[in-house]
Amino acid sequence: MPETPEMTLNAALFEWLLRMGDNTLILGHRVSEWCGHAPVLEEDIALANTALDLIGQTQLWLGLAGEVEGKGRSADNLAYLRDASAFRNVLLVERPNGDFGQTLMRQFLFDAWHLDMLKALRQSTDGRVADIAEKAQKEVAYHLERSADLVIRLGDGSQESHRRLQAALDDHWSYTGELFVGDEADEQVAKAGIAPAAETLQGSWSNTVGEVLQAATLTAPESSFSHKGGKRGIHTEHLGYILADMQFLQRAYPGATW
Amino acid sequence: MSKEWPLWEVFIRGQHGLNHRHVGSLHAPDAEMAIKNARDVYTRRNEGVSIWVVESKNIAASAPSEKGPLFEPSNSKVYRHPTFFDIPDDVGHM
Repeated sequence: MPETPEMTLNAALFEWLLRMGDNTLILGHRVSEWCGHAPVLEEDIALANTALDLIGQTQLWLGLAGEVEGKGRSADNLAYLRDASAFRNVLLVERPNGDFGQTLMRQFLFDAWHLDMLKALRQSTDGRVADIAEKAQKEVAYHLERSADLVIRLGDGSQESHRRLQAALDDHWSYTGELFVGDEADEQVAKAGIAPAAETLQGSWSNTVGEVLQAATLTAPESSFSHKGGKRGIHTEHLGYILADMQFLQRAYPGATW
Repeated sequence: MSKEWPLWEVFIRGQHGLNHRHVGSLHAPDAEMAIKNARDVYTRRNEGVSIWVVESKNIAASAPSEKGPLFEPSNSKVYRHPTFFDIPDDVGHM
């Protein structure tokens, strides 16, 4: 690597907050795509609730990101007026919904990481981060309870549901590693005690996921290969379609409100 | 086994001290899922502190056709209403 000047803590924190906010924004949008399409009414409402929780958390993370950046950008600005390469979410959350099993497995793999992250953030040296984590943690504890329960029920359910859940696990597995790979921004923020280092969350995630998969009679792939790039703005083609859908209104009618 | 999930009746306690009230029904494969679904369907606006669910088939109900014999006899017995007592003003609203 050529010599690069060290990132300031403020720049690192901004970057880290975008990652938190973009994860919840993109996953929230993805989950909201189920509204009106879920297999049963009860599940439709549960999915919409999850999407709303995530979008609510996005407002807090991106709101704080804008404040930290100090250029007057609001959470809405950041959500609706950035291009794909400026998004910092992990690739896992932009994966297509697929069937209900794929949506559910993606949710579970993310929830297991999300809850551990938020629990650790309650001890953040930055009070604003700790406050957001405190609030979000209660919502996410329920998300994980629900997604883990459904993964077990469907994994250990009928032949058909088992097959679909195993296929979903095989599909998503190589996208989970990115959650635990830190870079300079992560390191800076960890050094300042604002957030745990990315790698430190892997042990407990593996335990949680391992227990649930075992109960669900599902087997994680052996491969440790991991797709990466989302955290530095290199995305799959799926993100562009999400943004086209999500940002259309603000792009076509700037400043529109209702 | 039927492919249709059984129907559950949902009761929510709004605040400590109040009774659980019937709020509606939903479908779920078992009691645990019925409680989760009830949480998502019926407590989205912070309505509750406690949820009960019971499978609808376990509720015994009076027959609407027996409405006359069951309820009409009490119509003519106004003395069963405590409206014949003079309440002192000091008691205030009861």
